[in-house]
Amino acid sequence: MIELRTTPFHERTSALCQPQNWRKWAGYFAAGSYEHTLDREYWAIRNSAALIDVSPLIKYVIKGKDAAALLHRVTTRDIYKMKVGQVAYTGWCDEEGKMIDDGTVSRLDETTFRLTAAEPNLRWLSMNAVGMEVEITEVTDDIAALSFQGPNTRKVLNKITKKSVDELKYFRLMKNKINEMEITVSRTGYTGDLGYEIWMDAKDALNIWDALMNAGADYGITPVGILALDMTRVEAGLFMLDVDYTSASHAWIESQKSSPFELGLDWTVNLDKQGYFVGRRALEKEKREGSVWKMVGLEVDWVGMEKIFKQVGLPPQIPGMAVRGSLPIFVGNVQVGYASTSTWSPVLKKYIALAHLQKPYFEVGTDVRMEITVEHHRQHAPAKVVKLPFYEPEWKKR
Amino acid sequence: MTSSNQYDAIIIGGGHNGLVAAAYLARAGKKVVVLERRHIVGGAAVTEEIFPGYKFTEFSYVVSLLRPEIIRDLELPKHGLKILPLPSTFTPTENGDYLAAWDDHDLTRREIYRHSPKDAEAYDEYARVMARAAKAIKPIINLIPPDPTSLSMRDMLGLLKVGQFAASLSEKELYAIAKLATQSSADLLEEWFETDALKGTKAASGIIGTFLGPRSPGTAYVLLHHYMGEIDGAFRAWGFAKNGSGGVSGSILNAAQALGVEIRVNASVKQVIVKNGHAVGVALENGDELQSKVVMSAADPKRTFLQFVEGKHFPDEFVTSIQNFRTRGSSGKVNIALSELPNFTALPFEKGHESVLHRGAVSISPSIDYIERAYDDAKYGQISKRPYLDMIFPSMIDPDMAPPGQHVMSCFVQYAPYDLEGGWNDEKRNELGEAVISTIEQYAPNIRKCIVGMQVISPKDIEAIAGITGGNIFHGELLLHQIFFLRPTPQWADFRTPLKGYYFGAAGAHPGGGVMGAAGMLAAKEILKDGM
Repeated sequence: MIELRTTPFHERTSALCQPQNWRKWAGYFAAGSYEHTLDREYWAIRNSAALIDVSPLIKYVIKGKDAAALLHRVTTRDIYKMKVGQVAYTGWCDEEGKMIDDGTVSRLDETTFRLTAAEPNLRWLSMNAVGMEVEITEVTDDIAALSFQGPNTRKVLNKITKKSVDELKYFRLMKNKINEMEITVSRTGYTGDLGYEIWMDAKDALNIWDALMNAGADYGITPVGILALDMTRVEAGLFMLDVDYTSASHAWIESQKSSPFELGLDWTVNLDKQGYFVGRRALEKEKREGSVWKMVGLEVDWVGMEKIFKQVGLPPQIPGMAVRGSLPIFVGNVQVGYASTSTWSPVLKKYIALAHLQKPYFEVGTDVRMEITVEHHRQHAPAKVVKLPFYEPEWKKR
Repeated sequence: MTSSNQYDAIIIGGGHNGLVAAAYLARAGKKVVVLERRHIVGGAAVTEEIFPGYKFTEFSYVVSLLRPEIIRDLELPKHGLKILPLPSTFTPTENGDYLAAWDDHDLTRREIYRHSPKDAEAYDEYARVMARAAKAIKPIINLIPPDPTSLSMRDMLGLLKVGQFAASLSEKELYAIAKLATQSSADLLEEWFETDALKGTKAASGIIGTFLGPRSPGTAYVLLHHYMGEIDGAFRAWGFAKNGSGGVSGSILNAAQALGVEIRVNASVKQVIVKNGHAVGVALENGDELQSKVVMSAADPKRTFLQFVEGKHFPDEFVTSIQNFRTRGSSGKVNIALSELPNFTALPFEKGHESVLHRGAVSISPSIDYIERAYDDAKYGQISKRPYLDMIFPSMIDPDMAPPGQHVMSCFVQYAPYDLEGGWNDEKRNELGEAVISTIEQYAPNIRKCIVGMQVISPKDIEAIAGITGGNIFHGELLLHQIFFLRPTPQWADFRTPLKGYYFGAAGAHPGGGVMGAAGMLAAKEILKDGM
């Protein structure tokens, strides 16, 4: 009741979490990291196999004759075109075309979908389902989820899954088994690397965790917390609700809201899809008239950083983890936007940020300056607008 | 007449508003005296040891909206003010379960989810809609209410501000506010929720201090009023004051005295002295006379205008509208000294392992019907057989409120009508105490054997002790026809009165009751504006 809930993996994760740096995630305990520094966990994602407990993700099963119709109506994707076994990333908007939340839609069979979300959405879904033949059930507690990310994950899975995952394509899912326990494997993640998400009955969670840890022992399998995950998702150009944007249903003022176009989600807004969907008119208008804001990638110029730090006799100092603090972005002396998450990228050896810039400064190649603090003084570090994602290994989709 | 009885301002009533006004005036360099009828100041914000060692926060028991600027201006923390958190509400239900809400959003959602997944999310959205409406309305609280019929510059500017404010609202906010202003709290809540205990607990805050039930129109606004305290985020001043509500008054008293305010206790006011249509002083019951340039009353509107000043000094119409001002007391208070914490069936604990929920509010409000039935009794002059109770254990929040290991309990009880059939007497007072104890007993069966001492306060007692006519905790119900430019009466909501030099700054004035201090502060500022 009054305590935070623990996930079905807690017996394992709590024994491993050395720094005891638990974070609160949707009412659950989530390990910040398992070791005192993030390096090994970060590199497990980029170089071997990272095992991340993502059970707190809010999950709904949407079932019934009109399940597709409901999701088609609520989200910006063309759900009717989704095949069974397909997964689609999507945002969903209010009537004004402003983002409420984002997540993935999985088509489990003709009339059954699973939707993940950062925030509770049952009420929003139910309000949109009036008169439809559809049943919406929250299954957050019932379904445990592991994100298994990194270049070695396919090899590890193939050792223990009943069916090989070799043929499983990017953003597809398959039913499978580990130790005769039913699982769903989707080729998805939040890292921009090769990776899978494994969905299982909560009662099987520990057994499957153990099977993966055993199978992965020779492949560098490493339990990874959400702090290292946060660094990789920035490299992958993926944003986070309440960090990089504010839900339209939480915003206090209009300017806190964002449209999917403003977040760079143009590719998820299927304006050519048939029929009405929530926010359609506003999004069509924005498409016609162009967006005023856009989320882009920023690469801070290292030489410029060195110059600024050299003035006080220091080499550049950068926090070793993702920073969820707003940093003003300037062109000349005019503020043209802000960075919402910034991080050191160990694989790129670059200081990068997700930034929200006003027209016309969001064009790729634009030179801007980002505010940083150097020995307690504000300075402007030169930076350039770049295309997202920052990092996309060729094996991500192969 | 000695010069020692000569003041710039006399404040009648040493409640928290009177003390705030006095402190602000003294801060502006004025010579100020506060006249208090009782032997202690604080008014309805007092803490007394009715049983040795057990401190009762006798009447008011939570700090809702104490204005942050008052805390800063008067440096109240330096003078002892500490507002401790009161983070949760625990509502035991009739089937032995409970519903809890506390200040963690995810945990509360999970708890409500147990009862209804739909309500769990509606709760979030409801809170946001209410908070947005409260945020939208809040700028008006600090505004001196403009008179919409007046053509004076100040009123015009004030109206302009209200207009600008209304124009700044989104369509959705405007609709929400329009609905809030007209609906009953039951209608509003039934649009949102299905869980009885949730609706009951929410509805309860719409009827506190009114003589209405949750199905009476207008109660939805009172819900909003209570949300005002919740929108300041980290700056909010909602909680339980160290040493109870007397701790708030105590810190304001200290601040006022440090600023040079003179306090006279046992100084009951007989009449305001009027010369040439101007208030020029006060005559005390003991025969003393005090002179001053202005007089401010921090008593309730009826005392202020019908008792302290002869009717001939006011227009008839004004007197009539004050006579019509609704001050129906509807609630009482039971303060209990306990040898140990009562054990709620739904929240069992072992000593030393109390739940966090014991540090918050306990609400006996299992459903809207329960409260409406409690109102039914009161409508016809009876004490509710099964009343609505809002209880806290002050000693669980501030351990210095009771001897170590022992406890005090504060039970706000509604309905206990001021106009009780047959009138209030000891027997009726016992009946009220018994209604409270037997109600608690349903949820915490061992309550009786924990009781060391008990103080039952009826609305008549509130009137007799704290001096509030009708015993209404807000000095007049917070109804739509009694707020903003209508409080206490049209045309006189700016703390001035038809009698020159006579001001009014208490809960019966804008913006209303609660340990807020706003009326006292705003009145003092108006007095200073007028010069003296």
